[in-house]
Formats: sequence, structure tokens, C-alpha cells
Amino acid sequence: MSLISLEHLTVAYGGKTVLSDVNLAIESGEIVTVVGPNGSGKSTLLRSVIGALKPSRGAVKRAPGLRVGYVPQKLHIDPTLPLTVRRFLSLPARVSDARASEALEQAGAGDLAARQMSALSGGQFQRVLLARALLTDPQLLILDEATQGLDQPGSAAFYQRIEKVRQEVGCAVLMVSHELHVVMAASDRVVCLNGHVCCEGAPEHVASAPEYRALFGTGTQGALALYRHEHNHSHDQDCNHGHHHHEAAE
Amino acid sequence: MTLLDDFLIRAALAGIGVALAAAPLGCFVVWRRMAYFGDATAHASILGVALALSFDVSVFAGVLATALAMATTVSALAGRGYAMDTLLGVLAHSSLAFGLVAVSFLQGVRIDLMAYLFGDILAVGRGDLAVIWGGAALVLALLWWRWSALLTATLNPDLAHAAGIDPRREQMVLTLALALVVAVAIKVVGVLLIAAMLLIPAAAARPFAATPERMAVIAALLGMLAASGGLQLAFVFDTPAGPSIVCLAAALFAASSLAGLVLQRHRG
Repeated sequence: MSLISLEHLTVAYGGKTVLSDVNLAIESGEIVTVVGPNGSGKSTLLRSVIGALKPSRGAVKRAPGLRVGYVPQKLHIDPTLPLTVRRFLSLPARVSDARASEALEQAGAGDLAARQMSALSGGQFQRVLLARALLTDPQLLILDEATQGLDQPGSAAFYQRIEKVRQEVGCAVLMVSHELHVVMAASDRVVCLNGHVCCEGAPEHVASAPEYRALFGTGTQGALALYRHEHNHSHDQDCNHGHHHHEAAE
Repeated sequence: MTLLDDFLIRAALAGIGVALAAAPLGCFVVWRRMAYFGDATAHASILGVALALSFDVSVFAGVLATALAMATTVSALAGRGYAMDTLLGVLAHSSLAFGLVAVSFLQGVRIDLMAYLFGDILAVGRGDLAVIWGGAALVLALLWWRWSALLTATLNPDLAHAAGIDPRREQMVLTLALALVVAVAIKVVGVLLIAAMLLIPAAAARPFAATPERMAVIAALLGMLAASGGLQLAFVFDTPAGPSIVCLAAALFAASSLAGLVLQRHRG
């Protein structure tokens, strides 16, 4: 059974339909990236998955007992709130020092435990958020625009870390981004969203799909090839485009 | 028993009780930027006083009910076209005005308006003391019980959702605690100065705290210091008690801000 499956998910708020009839299933261990222009419903999709938004129609089905780690888009911590990294990790559930430092190590934030959250740089902050999401030993890690505010080498390093974490923890990853080439390079499957699912499949495949090009242009393909790592397993593909794009990209 | 016969002892106990509950709750008011929200709730309670007197129910019950009604109205109206501070400004001042007008309609009962606007801590009786400490204990118990969930929801609503916490429920817990504090503090500092008891000790505690828990504890200590010290100052200089408490709290805030600056420079 899939970890999570969205079935004909339709979400409307403020009198506007943001997502209509989205079908998507996440299998264990895969990295799925949702791309789409601003206002395409990417964050709405993730917020429905974590249960912050109720579907107007359709359903979000979770595997029983699913453990989810969530890294929010941005977290503004008011400077009046004193909070060390270590204390932050024990919210809402207390965790042992051993577990906390293990998660910090995994997220590449091993030396930050005693620091104040408000004194962290953007990259450090994201790694701490990642560490917190890893505490529950998640089967599914959800990241919403996790690299906002990082420069490109910073985001590339962050996504490489995500891939490493996936290998170590064995979790599936569902993430949203508009940094197309960086993100697509780290994904097994890309879903192109614009209120509905335009197309989905392997990164190279989506990058060359006409629906995707209509949204983003053709400029990302060269960069994609640069960042792309070796993949020698196959993917389920829902779009009916030929496989020669795949070879062209690599 | 002789101890509680002394009106100064009763006043000090009342002030300390209010500070004990108001300061930790005030930390959330500061962290969540709800200062205006606290003000609006407090101002609305004068309407509660008028209603309680005209329907002949206890002032505590009347204030608690209006404060709750006010807080829920604000929560319900939030995000529906007006900016939060506009909405709160409108509601806070109009409810204060309606309350004052309503009080003027009360005939037969001569009430001392000043006592409700600025408090009348020296007139605290044994019954009041029981209400104050009961309310304070309830507020502290609420905060203790929901502490982690409240903090998580304060950080980020989506983070709370992902952890299975409903941020709206936590908001309701804070709203209830706020209404309780307003209801017990009205006798001590009055509606106009309740927000000061919430905000000032919390703000004064910030430079010395590295974790939220420590900030709440330090705020409670500073609040109690302000309450007992302010009362003594009022006795010595023959000044109004409620405002004297707030003046001392403000002086503590100024001193702590300066100390915070020095600490910061020293560290780095």
C-alpha cells in the first residue's frame, strides 16, 4: 500500500478552487518533487497532506500509523521568544539528548544544539528544521520550499543532504520547490502542478513534456543534465512521451 | 486568621496571585504579538461589570463572560477583510465606550467607576482573595497542561498540524486563560492596566532567558516583585496602588533592557 494517496483531491478556500481532481500516491523510499508556478497550489497540496487543510472533495488516505516529518516553508520565530535549538527539538514531544544529537548529526547541524534559533543563518535554520523532522524516524519526509532564502550552492547542498538522509533513513520524500533544475536533479519522480496535475514522471521526462515547457519554458534542460546523477532503475510514467528525451538529457 | 485581617496583607496576596498567573500567560501574549488582543479583552470587561451589576450576578462572572465573548468575536472576525490591529482597535475602544455608557444607565447602584478602571486592591476581601487565587491556579494549570502544544502552535500552525495539534484549539485555550486573568485582575489593577501586568513582566524577563520556560518563570518572579513592591511604594508615598504596581514593573523593564544591552555588548 502507498504511504499516502490523494484521491480526486479538490481543495477550495476563499471561494476559489486551488486544487482540482489531483491524484497522487507516494510509495515508500521514493523522492517525489512537486513543481509549478506561483499560485499553482503546491503548498496547498502539502498542507492537505499534513492535514492542515480539509479537502472539499476527494480524500487524503494515509497508511495506518504513518510517521511524517514536516519541514515548513518558513518559520518566523519572534525575537521575543527565547529558544535554543535543543529545546526546539523537544517540541511538542520531549526527546532524549542522544536522539536529538543523532538527528542533528544526520541533518548536518551537529554543533548547533546550544545556539539560539533566532541567531542561526538561513542554511543552519533549515538544517535544524530538517533535524526536527527526522526525530520521529519518519517514513515520509515532507518539505515545503525548504531552501527559500538559500543561494544556489546552498540549496544544491541541502538537496544532496536530503538524498543522503533518504538513503540512511529509508524514508520517502515529498517536496515542493520552484528551483527547478536543482530539485529535479535530486528527484525520482516529478509532478508538474498547475491547479491540477499537468504531467508527471521521471525528471528528464517531465522537463521535456510540452505541458511543462508551456509553464516553464525550455531553459532548464541543460542545467538539469549538469546536476543529474546516475539513475539506473526505472520509474512508472504516466505521461505518454517517448523515452528518447531521457537519453537526450543524460 | 489574624494575618488575613490586615488589608495590606490581603492586597499583597491579591497582587502576587494576579502576577503569578498574568506573567507566564503574558509571555504567550508577547510571543504571539497579541498585546492589542489582551487590551481589547480587558477593555471589554467594563461592559461585563455593567451587565453584572444590572442583572445582579457576580462581577467575576459578568467580566469572565464578556471577556470570553470579546475574545471569541475577535478570533472569529480575524482575517475577514480588516487588519487585526484595526479590528482590535475598533472593538477595544467601542466596547470600553459602550461599557461606560451602560454603567451610567445603572440607577440605584452607586458604583465607583474608578475602582473598575484602575482597580481597588486595598478593598480586596477574603472572598476576592479566594476568587483571585482560584482563577490564578486555574490559569497556571491550563498553561502547564497545554504548554508544549501551545508553544508548538505559537511557532507555526502548520508545524502543529503536522504533529497532530489543532492550533485553533490552542488559541481557544489561550483565549480562555486570558479571560480568566482579566476577570481576576480587574479588582487589582483595573481594566485599563491589566494589559500592563501581562506584557511588562514578560518583556522585562526576555533578556535573561534562554528558554521559554525560564522566561515564564522570570516573568512571574518580576511580576510578583512589582506587585508587592508597588504596593509598598503606594503605602509609603500615598499613591494609587494599581498604577504604582505598573510603574514599578515599568522601572524593572527599563532596568532589564539596559542590563540586556550591557550583557549583549559584553558577550560579543
